[in-house]
Formats: sequence, structure tokens, C-alpha cells
Amino acid sequence: MKTRVVLIQLLAVIASIILSLSISALLLVGIGRNPIEVVQVIWDGSFSDLSRLAGVFNFWIPFTLASLGLVVTFRAGLWNIGVEGQMMFGAIFASGVALFVDAPSIVTIPLAFISAMFGGLLWAVGVGLLKTRLGVHEIFGGVALNALANVFTNFLVSNLWSPAGGNALDTGPFPPHALLPEFSSTFTTNLTLILLVLLSFIVLTVALWGSRWGLELKATGKNARSALLLGVPTERISLSAFAICGILAGIAGAYRVLFTFDTLRPLVSGGIGFLAILVVLLVNHQVILIPFITFIFAAVMFGSTRLKIRMQLDSSLAEVLQGLLVLLVMLSSGLRKRIESMRQTG
Amino acid sequence: MNDELLNLLAGVVRNATPLVIASMGETITERAGVVNLSLDGSIILAAMTAFVVSFLTQNLALGILCAMLVGGLVALIIVVADIELKQDQVAVGFVLTLLCASLAQFWGQDFAREAGLVIPHFPVPFLGSIPIVGDIFFDHDPTVYFSYILVFGTWYWLFRTSPGLAHRAIGERPEAAFARGTQVNRMRYVYTVVGGMLVGLAGAAYSLNLKPGWSTPPNMRGDGWIALAIVIFGGWHPMRVLIGAYLFAGLRSMSSIIQRSDTGFPVTLLNALPWLLMLATLITVSSGLLERLLNILPRSIQQSLRPFLRSDSPAALGRRFDP
Repeated sequence: MKTRVVLIQLLAVIASIILSLSISALLLVGIGRNPIEVVQVIWDGSFSDLSRLAGVFNFWIPFTLASLGLVVTFRAGLWNIGVEGQMMFGAIFASGVALFVDAPSIVTIPLAFISAMFGGLLWAVGVGLLKTRLGVHEIFGGVALNALANVFTNFLVSNLWSPAGGNALDTGPFPPHALLPEFSSTFTTNLTLILLVLLSFIVLTVALWGSRWGLELKATGKNARSALLLGVPTERISLSAFAICGILAGIAGAYRVLFTFDTLRPLVSGGIGFLAILVVLLVNHQVILIPFITFIFAAVMFGSTRLKIRMQLDSSLAEVLQGLLVLLVMLSSGLRKRIESMRQTG
Repeated sequence: MNDELLNLLAGVVRNATPLVIASMGETITERAGVVNLSLDGSIILAAMTAFVVSFLTQNLALGILCAMLVGGLVALIIVVADIELKQDQVAVGFVLTLLCASLAQFWGQDFAREAGLVIPHFPVPFLGSIPIVGDIFFDHDPTVYFSYILVFGTWYWLFRTSPGLAHRAIGERPEAAFARGTQVNRMRYVYTVVGGMLVGLAGAAYSLNLKPGWSTPPNMRGDGWIALAIVIFGGWHPMRVLIGAYLFAGLRSMSSIIQRSDTGFPVTLLNALPWLLMLATLITVSSGLLERLLNILPRSIQQSLRPFLRSDSPAALGRRFDP
């Protein structure tokens, strides 16, 4: 019986994947493009050589960090849409260190990351306190704080941190001692950060499964009122979930400015936070699947950046595909439950 | 009254109109107990649809109709997922927010910055010639006049008719409404789709009127979230929702005046104002501040103001009803 349930579940997911791919293909045919050519371009864009693969990892690192953080908040039943703003604040705080601390790399870079963690934490706890103390739902608190982080980035870029004679599009390149080193000139990614992501993944998986905190987090998410009655300090648990997500998002933001862009620019998070929410909804809060799903999504996202150059096609196609996939997985899991309950009653 | 002030006030009314229409649609939906969280995406997708359809067919009415269909279809997905498939409204709504915005960007890519049709200006005869009031309220285009009718109509429907009473009941106490013979889930379908169609109309009011055309990123991005916040600030009451929308539009007009007046204040920071206002209004209604203010007032005033100033959501909002 149990294996049959898993099998049906797997089948529903596969059907959703096929359906979302087919709909996307139809969209392409509808505007007169060849879907197979698009797949080819995306594949080449991600895997044609080592430097393209490194690009996938450079997308995967901040993306996975944000997704891991979101698993924590979702476990506590919190919709941390503010993750985008938390990434931006991490980026801003890291940029502050990169621009103004004149010290060797061995000091500057760790300092930039610690500062970024603090920035992300600050913005996440802001959403948390708005919710726990002032009753503002975290979705609205998050949306507002995202927008404010964006406004603040624009202000820094165009005004306060604008380089002399700058173009107002970014703060100008950071000094070399503040940039994360590349592994090699062909594999242009940073191994320390990849290891850090894997470490966070392992620590979080263990903490969520095996610790009292993980249990309390789950209890808060399932039913905050009865958890409180059973003695779980739900407010503190909620704030701790926000804090951890903020710290991870802060690191993600720092990576974007200290490695990907080498500068602070507007929309530094690039929608990664929102995409991470889709991933967490897709895996239904199962932390174990996160790094694998994010790798597939990262490959599609990074590969599709080439669509513009190669085919004059907007890269939003990748987002359409992923949004469709998550929507269809949700709908099909509902459909599956409906059929099962109908079979039981009928 | 000088011309500049009149222009300013007329501008507030014009700028607020899409927000009024969208938040009124959401009020209708949420009063029935369903949350359509997708506003920030569905407005954008509807705006793109209205622009592209009217651009290709050179038919304004067809563009508006298609935008409303798009808004209704998105709402339909949410209500089907909720009632038939037992999925979380917020989750489905959020995924649709992102999906609709990406779809709009994808489909609209070849039409960015084209010049399309615009809903024509149409001063109301007679009413438009009343001094001051005519200038502020009746010297606009038809979407603005529609928003007046919509607000008044929604208020009248909800608080003065018996189907309106049943409408409120399915959002407050669906079990009781069901016991009295209301088809709760069927009516939730109706109100969610009607609300969604109004959201679609709001999208058309952007791309065919207030911010004509289509661009990437779309220039009405973020307004869907503001419309959702206005519904909360408005306490799900049509008149208060209207005041909320005008408040936001007023703030925007003011910040554009500051921008022009060269005060030395960094212009980029002015963009923070709507979001600060959003937080401030939500804190006011959610933290019990409003309730405390109400308690200071004399009892007789309290009683008449209470229904207007309430800040609790419909009791069954977001809760599934299984008969």
C-alpha cells in the first residue's frame, strides 16, 4: 500500500513536469519559436564547458542558501516573502565593508560576510517583530521591507556611495582585496562557499530532524495556539526562524556582490528569493531535496540567460516554466487526494 | 480655490482609480471568505493583455474584456484549487503572482514601448461643469466614473440588500449561512471570479489609461500589494477602502510635487513613502491602536462608528468550507 502511494505521488510529479514542459513548448510555438532549439540553447548555456558549469554553481550558491533559510521559516508556518529584502540588506552590509575597510583579504572578506549576516538578520527580525509585536502579517511586512530595501539600494547606488564621475548604475567595482577569489581561471566559482552551503544543509537537516528546536518549530507551524498552550515559546521560535533565514539570506546577498557582480547594484537579489519560495513550496518543506532541486532550477535559470543573445527571446521563459511546474504539482497533489478520498467513500 | 490645487486633487482621483477598482474587487472576494493573493501578478498580466489585444485588434472594448477574462481566470484557478483540490489559497495565490508576472513579461516582450490605444477623456455633461466638484470628480475618463458606481454599488449590495447579507455571512459564518440555505461554495465561486474580473479591469485601467503602454519591468509593479494592503486598512468596508486608495494616491501626488520642487531631498528616497505608509496603516489597524482610539470616544459616537472602524477580517477568511 505504502509503495503504491509513493509511486502515485512520483507519477503525479512526473506528469506535472511533462505538462509544464508541454505548455511552455506550446507558448513558444505560439510565438513562432522552436522549443527544441530553446532546450538546446539552455543546455549549452549551462553545461557546454567548465566555465558555464561554474556559472550554474554561482547561481546555485545564493539560491540554495535562501531556500534552506526559507525551509526554516515555512516549518514555523511563516511566509517569509521578505527574503528578497534580506538578501539585499546582506548585500548592502557586505558592500559597506568592501568599500570602506582597507585591510588584507583575510580580514576584509570574513568581516564582509559577518556584516552581511547581521544585515540579513536585521531585516528579517524586522519582519518578525512587525508580526509578533504589531500584528502585521509577515507577507505584507515582507513586501514592504523588500521595497524599502530596494529603495535604499537605489539611494546608495545613485547618491551616497556613487563613485566620483560614476554612472549611477552601480557603486563602481570593489577593490580586489574585497573580492572572493575564483577557484581557477576555467572553473570560475568559489569552493569555500560551495562547502559552506553543503555544511549549512547538513547542519539544518540534523537540527530540523533531531533537535528540540526543530520539533518546536514544527509545532509552531502546525498549530501555534496549541503549541503555546503546550509550553512552546512560539514568539521566540518564530523570531529564531526569521533570524536564521535572515542570516542565510545575508550570506547569499554577500555572495552576489562579492563574487557575482563585484559591485553593489539595484535588484542585486535578481528574484532569487522568490524563486527559492517556489522551490520550498515544490518540495513541500522537505529539506533533503533542496540542493538537488535548486541545482536543476539553477541550471535552467543560468542557461536561459543566453536566450536573449542567441534567440532574442526573453529569459522570463525559465520563470514561466518553473512557476507552471510548481502550480501544476500543487494542483495535481490536490487532484490525487480528491481521487483517493472519492475512491474511499464511493 | 486655485487651479494648481484643483489639478492636484483631480490627479489624486485619477491616480487612485485602478487601486480603487482592484481593491474593491478584492473586498468582494475576501468578504466571501476567499483570499486572492495574486493581485500583483494578475494586474500586470491583465494590463499586458489589455494593451496587446487592443493594439492588435485596434478595439478598445475587446482589450478591456480580455483583461477582465484574464483576471477572472486567475481567480477561478485559486477558487478551484481551494474548494475542489483542498490546496492552500495563499500558496496558490503566491505562485500565481509570480507566474502571471513572468507570463506577462514573456508575452509582452515584442510589444514593449509601442504606442497603443488609450481610453478617451470624457467630461460628464452637466456634472462636469459644476465648479470645483466638477473639476475634481467629473472631468475624467469613464474608468473613473465606473469606480464611483462600483464603490457605491458594492457598499449598497453588502449592507442594504439581502443577497449582500448572505454574501457577508459566507465570509463570516459559512456554517450558519449554509444552514439558512445559502450555497456557500457556489457563491464563493461567483464572488471570487467577479472580484478577479475587477482586478483584471484595474489592469486595463493602468495600461490603457493611467500608464499607457507596456514596458519591462511593468511600471505598475508593486501596486497589487498596495491594493491588498488597502483592503486590510479599509477594514473590508467599501467606503473606507476608497479613502485608503485616495490616501495612497494623494501621497504619490505629493511626492511627485516634492520631486519637481527641487528641495535638495534625495529623489530616490521618496519612493519609500508609499511603503512606509503601507506599514503605518497596517500597524494602525492590526496592533489594536484603532480599537484603543475608539474606546476613548463617548459611547454614543462609539456605537455609530464601530461598524465603520472595525479592523477584524471576515471571520472565515481563508478558511475552507466543507458542507
